[in-house]
Amino acid sequence: MFGKLTWGAIPFDQPIPLFAGAIVIVVIVGVLAFITIKGWIPYLWSEWVTSVDHKHIGIMYVTLAAVMLIRGFIDAIMMRSQQAIAFQSQGYLPPEHYNQIFSAHGTIMIFFVAMPFVIGLMNFVLPLQLGVRDVAFPTLNSVSFWLTATGVLLVNISLVVGEFSKTGWLPFPPLSELAYSPGVGVDYYLWGVQIAGVGTLMTGVNFVTTILKIHAPGVTYMRMPVFCWTSLATNLLIVAAFPVLTATLAMLTLDRYLGFHFFTNEAGGNVMMFMNLIWIWGHPEVYILVLPAFGVFSEVVSTFSRKPLFGYRSMVMATMAICIIAYTVWLHHFFTMGAGPNVNAVFGIASMIIAVPTGVKIFNWLFTMYGGRIVYATPMLWSVGFMVTFVIGGLTGVLVAVVPADFMLHNSLFQVAHFHNVIIGGVLFGMFAGYTYWFPKAFGFRLHEGWGKAAFWCWFIGFYLAFMPLYVVGLMGMTRRMQHYDVPEWRPWLLVAELGAVTVLAGILCQVMQLVVSIRHREELRDVTGDPWMGRSLEWSTASPPPAFNFAVLPVVEDRDDYWRRQRLAERGLGPTAEPVYKAIEMPRNSPTGFICAFFASFGGFGMIWQIWWLVIVAIVGAFATFVVFAWRDRTEYEIPAEEVARIDRANRRARGEAVANAEALT
Amino acid sequence: MILWGRMRKLAFGLAPLSAALLLSGCDWAVLNPKGPIADGNSTLLVDSVAIMLVIVVPTIVATLAAAWWYRASNARAHYLPDFEYSGQLELIVWAIPLLTIMLLGGVTWIGAHDLDPAVPIVSKEEPLNIQVVSLDWKWLFIYPDQHVASVDRLVVPAGVPIRFALTSGSVMTAFFVPQLGSMIYTMNRMTTHLNLLADDPGTFRGLATQISGDGFASMHFEVVAKTAPEFYDWLGQTRATGDELTPERYIELSKQSVVPAPFTFRAVADGLFDKILDQTLPPGPGPIAETNSGAAARMGK
Repeated sequence: MFGKLTWGAIPFDQPIPLFAGAIVIVVIVGVLAFITIKGWIPYLWSEWVTSVDHKHIGIMYVTLAAVMLIRGFIDAIMMRSQQAIAFQSQGYLPPEHYNQIFSAHGTIMIFFVAMPFVIGLMNFVLPLQLGVRDVAFPTLNSVSFWLTATGVLLVNISLVVGEFSKTGWLPFPPLSELAYSPGVGVDYYLWGVQIAGVGTLMTGVNFVTTILKIHAPGVTYMRMPVFCWTSLATNLLIVAAFPVLTATLAMLTLDRYLGFHFFTNEAGGNVMMFMNLIWIWGHPEVYILVLPAFGVFSEVVSTFSRKPLFGYRSMVMATMAICIIAYTVWLHHFFTMGAGPNVNAVFGIASMIIAVPTGVKIFNWLFTMYGGRIVYATPMLWSVGFMVTFVIGGLTGVLVAVVPADFMLHNSLFQVAHFHNVIIGGVLFGMFAGYTYWFPKAFGFRLHEGWGKAAFWCWFIGFYLAFMPLYVVGLMGMTRRMQHYDVPEWRPWLLVAELGAVTVLAGILCQVMQLVVSIRHREELRDVTGDPWMGRSLEWSTASPPPAFNFAVLPVVEDRDDYWRRQRLAERGLGPTAEPVYKAIEMPRNSPTGFICAFFASFGGFGMIWQIWWLVIVAIVGAFATFVVFAWRDRTEYEIPAEEVARIDRANRRARGEAVANAEALT
Repeated sequence: MILWGRMRKLAFGLAPLSAALLLSGCDWAVLNPKGPIADGNSTLLVDSVAIMLVIVVPTIVATLAAAWWYRASNARAHYLPDFEYSGQLELIVWAIPLLTIMLLGGVTWIGAHDLDPAVPIVSKEEPLNIQVVSLDWKWLFIYPDQHVASVDRLVVPAGVPIRFALTSGSVMTAFFVPQLGSMIYTMNRMTTHLNLLADDPGTFRGLATQISGDGFASMHFEVVAKTAPEFYDWLGQTRATGDELTPERYIELSKQSVVPAPFTFRAVADGLFDKILDQTLPPGPGPIAETNSGAAARMGK
């Protein structure tokens, strides 16, 4: 009846996961009860769960990422604590538990923190920057989000029901094959990532279409903000890379479920094929994450320096160069496999070449600051912190592309320090900058600056404390994923790293406080103008939060930084100020399709993991029925009448007018 | 531009300094080579860092300088609200990283060929062949020409090139002796090749560097480089004691376990390595039962 699932799957004998699971369950039940008592369920259902509005979906993505960041961080601090303790002892985590934790940490941080954060920001910002009302396929967008949520759900269920993968964030065979990992851990990984990956692929298709086909009049390619360009590159990478991930994981799944031999030791299976395939996805994935962060920095540095971005064309060229070269470097993840020197050298040099456009970007941000009037709001702090940190990460990155150096550093904590250097210093700092920058656009009030700055400094210092020691122990020959060790020289550095992790924890707590304080003081932090930062691109031309239709009348764009240009004209009393002619707007109707699909996908995935075949069949039938019902729908859009559009837009125009008048009265 | 020049001078000053600092830490195994391969690798490592520091340090300094000087509250800083393009600057901006990478690319090309792990080390001494088999979770070192084997301790003569042929009797992992040089993967059904040499007698740490299961952290080994007479003494002692490594004994050894202390075999069945390679001797069986008590029992210590 329940396949492999028995009471034995619940770790009654292990207090840590059981306790953690109990807390999670209590929190979830508590939140659900609170929502029910408050009577918010209908609101949540109609405005969020079934929403196809890109802004709501974006906010849900970012929320998901934030929650999972905390989960992933708990894993991280548990690992750091284990290594701080486990000198000549077993520490407090046995290997079968420790191995699950580092696997879950990597999987969660990449697939369920970085990815949803990046996709969430793109979701929220792209249509606004392009001056349009929604993405190309709004319902698909909702399906993407909910499938990602399914992946999150499955990975988190593994905490209490069964176990998670113990093979690292990428399940290298043959260790991940049935012979060496007979438990359900790898299956949780496979189905969680596979289902979320399908969601990501659909996002890629959706956003590429949106950027290429849907713009406001006059938004030509060379007038798009750089964030749109980096998003385009990212989504092109997603479209090309994620099918490889899907196929690779499918092959491993066939090995595990149906006795195939793609990657097994026996019958001609070949681990080297897996390594190549997974990194053909895995390396572009790095750029999938970091390019949107580069886009955020481009927007932030330009806005807060009160200057246009220096070298726009170079930036675009550099972005697209990275997009293409990203596919030619995957082999640098396994120089130590024994390929010949020609192969290794070619991939090493290709990897270094990526540093050229990346370096250009750094210099261009530098020259954007040059001659600026830099306002140090929190997003700008994250950006400067990024530039300094990322350059170091770039250095160590190029270093491990030097083939003989990699022979010494591969799989060491040096390498762990390197990729955290670029992922925290690059991706995460970028996402935090973007979160602070666009928060007022999403909610109509700014985040508290003091707590934001405190969070930045904790993260910044914490990062250096946590990862510079890892560079050192890497050079001392310490390899990654060690549950215990007996080399006394490593220990002091690992204790410093633990201190760093605690400092980062303080940063996270500051961010939580920032959110709480900002919500409580939202009236003081209110932005009525829709443009709290003196922004440059189109998203700042509409109200905060933007109405469902984003723009009452689609903007007509004549130049780069068009909104900034118009503002300056308006200040001098030039440019059109008359009210536009309002027309009724058709918007896509909300649809529960995404939620229902994910509902069935969750049961389907769970059924596959535990081999509960009837549940799998029910889930497939259910998902297909959902698709059929959606495909046969009659009404896809609803109309917002012209009067309603006019009412909303006039309110915003009035608020902006008053704000400008107030500002003039003050000066 | 004067500022740039100064910064560059500073950077050139810093590079050797930082390299010296790095090297002074003698317990930093990767930077404390005890053989020509490790020496070549770590020299390239330090040189590459030095080359990159020449542009990285000025970039960081310039970033912080610009970030500080052009703060909105600094009335003395000039404001250039329309400065968004300069052909000359763009040229420099592309040229600096490009030239650096061309230099490093050359270093990489030459380094990758000079330090190819499969290339034998040139020496007057006759090389010693050692076959390495990674097992769950121990290392088996077979001396095919001497017909002995050792588990979790690799004894080599100093000054003699060692020709390793490596495979895995189980999952994929990696063989690494930081102070002797290059890491290399071990994979079942495949042989990888590695050439190392220890300059002088000494004891070094070796370890597995690719997660291979629950016993991974215990999968390290000792490398003992001895003088030639000492090495032959060791061979003699090894031949006099211990068991013979028969196929049956190998199958027993390939089961998941951590050995409490290194031990040796006085003799090795002929062609054992090849039998592991062609799976006449099957890959390790993996976990017996995926239960926690099972895992605890397997851990041994």
